[in-house]
Amino acid sequence: MGNKGRKTIIVCQGTGCVSSGATPTYKALEEGIRKAGLTDIQMKLTGCHGFCQRGPIVIIEPDGVFYSGVQEKNCEEIVESHLKNGQPVEGLFYKDPATGQPIATYGEIPFYANQERIVLARCGHINPEVIEDSIDSGIYRAAPRVFWEMPPAAVIEEIKKAGLRGRGGAGFPTGVKWGFCANVEADQKYIICNADEGDPGAFMDRSILEATPHQVIEGMIIAGYAIGATKGYIYARAEYPLAIKRLGIAIEQAREKGFLGRRVFGSEFDFDITIFQGAGAFVCGEETALIGSIEGGRGMPRTRPPFPAVKGLWGRPTVINNVKTLATVPEIINRGAEWFAGIGTEKSPGTAVFALTGKVANCGLIEVPMGTPLRKIIFDIGGGIVDGGRFKAVQTGGPSGGCLPEEFLDTPVDFENLAKAGSIMGSGGMVVMDESTCMVDLARYFLDFTQKESCGKCVPCRMGTKHMLEILEDICEGRGEPDDLSKLMELADAVKEGSLCGLGQTAPNPVITTMKYFRHEYEAHVHEKRCPALKCKAMLQYHVNQDACKFCGTCKKNCPADAIRGDKKKKIPFEIDVDKCIRCGMCHTVCPVGAVVKTSPGIVNDHEEATEAAN
Amino acid sequence: MEEQLSAIFARFRGTVGEVIPLLQKTQEELGFLPEEAMRRIGDFAGVPFSKVYGVATFYTMFRFTPVGKYHVCVCRGTACHVRGADQILEHVERELGISENETTGDGEFSLETVACIGCCALAPCITVNSDVHGRLTSKKASQVLRKARGAALKEEEDGK
Repeated sequence: MGNKGRKTIIVCQGTGCVSSGATPTYKALEEGIRKAGLTDIQMKLTGCHGFCQRGPIVIIEPDGVFYSGVQEKNCEEIVESHLKNGQPVEGLFYKDPATGQPIATYGEIPFYANQERIVLARCGHINPEVIEDSIDSGIYRAAPRVFWEMPPAAVIEEIKKAGLRGRGGAGFPTGVKWGFCANVEADQKYIICNADEGDPGAFMDRSILEATPHQVIEGMIIAGYAIGATKGYIYARAEYPLAIKRLGIAIEQAREKGFLGRRVFGSEFDFDITIFQGAGAFVCGEETALIGSIEGGRGMPRTRPPFPAVKGLWGRPTVINNVKTLATVPEIINRGAEWFAGIGTEKSPGTAVFALTGKVANCGLIEVPMGTPLRKIIFDIGGGIVDGGRFKAVQTGGPSGGCLPEEFLDTPVDFENLAKAGSIMGSGGMVVMDESTCMVDLARYFLDFTQKESCGKCVPCRMGTKHMLEILEDICEGRGEPDDLSKLMELADAVKEGSLCGLGQTAPNPVITTMKYFRHEYEAHVHEKRCPALKCKAMLQYHVNQDACKFCGTCKKNCPADAIRGDKKKKIPFEIDVDKCIRCGMCHTVCPVGAVVKTSPGIVNDHEEATEAAN
Repeated sequence: MEEQLSAIFARFRGTVGEVIPLLQKTQEELGFLPEEAMRRIGDFAGVPFSKVYGVATFYTMFRFTPVGKYHVCVCRGTACHVRGADQILEHVERELGISENETTGDGEFSLETVACIGCCALAPCITVNSDVHGRLTSKKASQVLRKARGAALKEEEDGK
């Protein structure tokens, strides 16, 4: 990739970095280099480098110098100091949140150093819009090999031997799925790449499609060859315009090279791919609903069997694999099943890709071997809890998953262990929470989501999630009754048992796990009308701590409800009128000296106890 | 509308599997889905209007009323939620004087929420048309909206 010794400037153009201003950064660097007359420097835009929180990210290769938060105004200094005079700009280095020490190269940053990247290996290093860059980096090496050296059955055998399990969440063995489909005789078969990444709090698939679309396309070609499918679909969320654009470019380029279309790679095999844009329905991540959607209908799940591998799209045998699963396939072919099986754990080989977000210091896209303990992910890679907070829980698997408390921090992350704890691996969302997150409110949040996304086919899911949500809303708004908790569990069982697809079967998980591990919070809401995390608005009170107040009047000026009395000049103390207060928290946010205090006093019989709780 | 629809239909074959892409292209072109357009799509794809309507109402991206010039979406993903998205939503509602799924009287702003835009590392975030604004606070959200409003006023003045 480029001449040896020649400097390459990599500017991340993933969705995260672009929204932080990476486009003007790229232009400013380009302009600066041109003005400085530096001809021996190559500019390169790439997809997501992973460390989205620190964007826009600029890397100078071959030294690996890593600049974070590079805005347009910083570019001149980079050109002058680093590129012209060889003096890296220390002010733009990443600073270790623990020590405050600047770190020069990305290889030394704990966020990267503690990862093992296989699926993401090329993310942030190659230009996703230039196929030659992908080819140089080793993509499209496996596909021609399978055509010349491996009959379809051997490909399936290799994937089985590798032990690759579906990365969409359920973890079904990929090779077995392919085998089912390969064994069915049909005039037409399909391979579908499931890129309908609907879990809120997850962006792994989007980043991969944006950064290395060719890797996914190669995986689809190999899968198509193995099962005998000549047509492929990529079902992508419409909310991901950049991913769709880059996929479109990649497919076009692959066709021009003869990697897609008639007789791919000069073999006897025809294969082509169509992009299908989703239209915003979470349930379409479910295989049969996704098929219904491509067929032009409402995306509602169907009963299985028959499984899609036997009877899928337009009634033909169809294999549906997640983006990460397909992106892993070429690497297994290149490096062999044994290599892959040697990574991770015995039952869950390979690596896991997570979108690490929430209250951790380092948010972003990460990849670790299966079996890595949660503690290593959250504290070593994630850099611990932001703003010196305390870890409370970690949520995996999105609305289908669960919340695990501190006692599970040493649990190795794989399909079995997470399921045992009551959560699921999911497709890779990992949201970390500190003590300011109310677990009842979080359960309410997820139920609100699943209730809205329920397709309505199964009554237990359609009505059950609605009832559960109503109970949770009552609890959060201080109207909880003592028997609500048992009602919730009863409904949770009914929804799990009585639903056809994964959405309903897993929708109660966030409630079940929070009830199991954080029951005291539910009890505080129901019995004391108190929110220990100071989150549920109905149970909050704000007041001004007169000892700390500096009479600046900022709270009064910003209060949207005109609920604050007081006068700066006349030295009348600032006070909040509880009846007028809408509990928006604005005064608490804007007070420069932290004099506005937020409490959840609750209803306790003894007046003194109430005051104590407030303090 | 007729001309626009004909131009869209010219790029399709008119099969049932094309209903969703047809609705998407139509919305892209017209900004929303008028009843008449859905009827025409049904005729073109050989599908009853009831089915087209059923499909359109199933998916959240389809709209049946026009949106404002500045379409604001507040992300309600998990990471955004944990980092205070509801506070941002309330603030935007106050700032614009409208609730979720409403459009301001002058047609400048409309407000919606979205399940997740996948910018979780920059939570909480909102989008204004296709631009993502991340790491928001109430104050920053106001600035984003004011900037858009300023741009709207300027365009109006320039137009005069």
